[in-house]
Amino acid sequence: MPKIREIAQICKSKNAGPFLVTIDILFEDPARYRAVKATGVITEALFAKLYGVKESDVLLTPYDSANAFKATLPRQVPAGGIGDTDVYGAQQHAPLLDVEVPINL
Amino acid sequence: MKEYRLLSTSGILGYGYAEESLKIGMERQPHVIGADAGSTDPGPFYLGNGTSFTSRLAVKRDLRLMLIAARAAKIPCIIGTSGGAGGEPHLEWQAEIVREIAREEKLSFKMALIHAEPDREDLVARAAAGLTRPLANMPELDADRIRRAKRIVAMMGPEPFIKALDAGAEVILAGRSSDPAQWAAAAIRAGMDPAPSWYAGKMLECGAEPTTPKEPDCLLVTIKDDYLICEPPNPIRRCTPLSVANFALHENSSPIHHVEPGGLLDTSKVSFDIETERAVRVSGMTWTPRPYTVKLEGVELAGFRAITICGTRDPVLISQIDSYLDTHRTKVQAKAAAFGVPADSYTMVVRTYGKDGVMADWEPIKQITSHELGFVIEVVAQDQDTANAVIAMARTSMLHADFPGRLCKEGNMAFPFSPSDIELGPMYQFSVFHTLAPKDPCELFPIEYETVRN
Repeated sequence: MPKIREIAQICKSKNAGPFLVTIDILFEDPARYRAVKATGVITEALFAKLYGVKESDVLLTPYDSANAFKATLPRQVPAGGIGDTDVYGAQQHAPLLDVEVPINL
Repeated sequence: MKEYRLLSTSGILGYGYAEESLKIGMERQPHVIGADAGSTDPGPFYLGNGTSFTSRLAVKRDLRLMLIAARAAKIPCIIGTSGGAGGEPHLEWQAEIVREIAREEKLSFKMALIHAEPDREDLVARAAAGLTRPLANMPELDADRIRRAKRIVAMMGPEPFIKALDAGAEVILAGRSSDPAQWAAAAIRAGMDPAPSWYAGKMLECGAEPTTPKEPDCLLVTIKDDYLICEPPNPIRRCTPLSVANFALHENSSPIHHVEPGGLLDTSKVSFDIETERAVRVSGMTWTPRPYTVKLEGVELAGFRAITICGTRDPVLISQIDSYLDTHRTKVQAKAAAFGVPADSYTMVVRTYGKDGVMADWEPIKQITSHELGFVIEVVAQDQDTANAVIAMARTSMLHADFPGRLCKEGNMAFPFSPSDIELGPMYQFSVFHTLAPKDPCELFPIEYETVRN
């Protein structure tokens, strides 16, 4: 089964303001995006499991215009706060890369 | 068909751009050039400290070329969120750089400084009148929170920019402003439709970020009736539907609803289409006016911070790192208490690189195989002397503590630097993140005009 790192063109994270981090997965090919969306693998529950957060804390929006999924989570610590590890929130995407998606390439 | 062209020079003023990109961009005869100079992204420190996260040298370089180009073409040059955070010291810092460049290059122009640091007691009165609302699970804004903040800025929409342009300003330096506002302002004032004007602002706020290869550089956006075209001047870059779509998701919690001062930009039906090999057409956005609100951003002092950096290559220690760090914490507590600093008067955090230094509790990999681990120890206390004292003890304890099976009896850690302890000074935290409903979009943002003559 292919992994997200093998089928997506972009997988990234960034702050959405100092209290949220937002994670995007983009596909260049609309057909591939639709196929991934149809598998139902990319859900709030997936993010909850990967990041150890509550499902209700995950705002997931599939964005057909951009062939993209966007998930927004509350940051563990506000940006720049005591114990923050990632002020820009730019390195929180990696757990998604090895998620397997049951599509045929 | 009406057409309006806007040239953004860089992702952040001071991040740099190719001089040739500006030249090619100017050949397209933009109606306005500018750059966004700020963001909350580098964290709360810069707003609190009144300094920029960019260097004066880099900002002056970027601004010099822009001012020369704008004056030669007789078009406005607009800088949003001056000085990185858009407070009073940031705006004054930016203005001083502009005055210096003008003297050196013998430039003359009418400059507008748009202030964005509202009077505290005025804010207290507005909060008491129920005109503020919390964002992001913040508590309600009360007088105490407002007065204790180190600095509070309000984020302006397009109206103050429009007012300054109407007054004939040729160079506009704004305090804190919504990233797309400076661009939306120029386009809306020229009679363009608000929907593509706001969308153009979203594309322009970070320069060439909607291009590939994605690096700080210039971006030209052309607004035509109900759509816009994004194109990088630099021939080594191009816009593709993927590169533009990627940027459309940038730093927003929702990809489809963008709340801006005075309205909502809905992008759920947007389409990204190839216009040329290097340009993308974006269409289908809508703008719905809403009751006018501006965002308030403020920070308060959270303490004083000191850090130290070290690493271990010892496999015996690495195999028991969790218990070692637990013991280390206990030892630091006891030793600090012995010199009069109880455990509740400071916070110590140890980040372990090679384990979970990047993701902390979100890290899904619990079993590590690293042959070396890096540590950044952070101590925050109510004063710098206490933070320095605890970090010094944390450093020695990290270096010299015993552990089961220890062979490296001269020291457990490699410290790369002397001095090993780094004083980071005051630490700020975001304490105000609220909206405020003003009576007039300009009332919080006084404009000061200055004739720069050389």
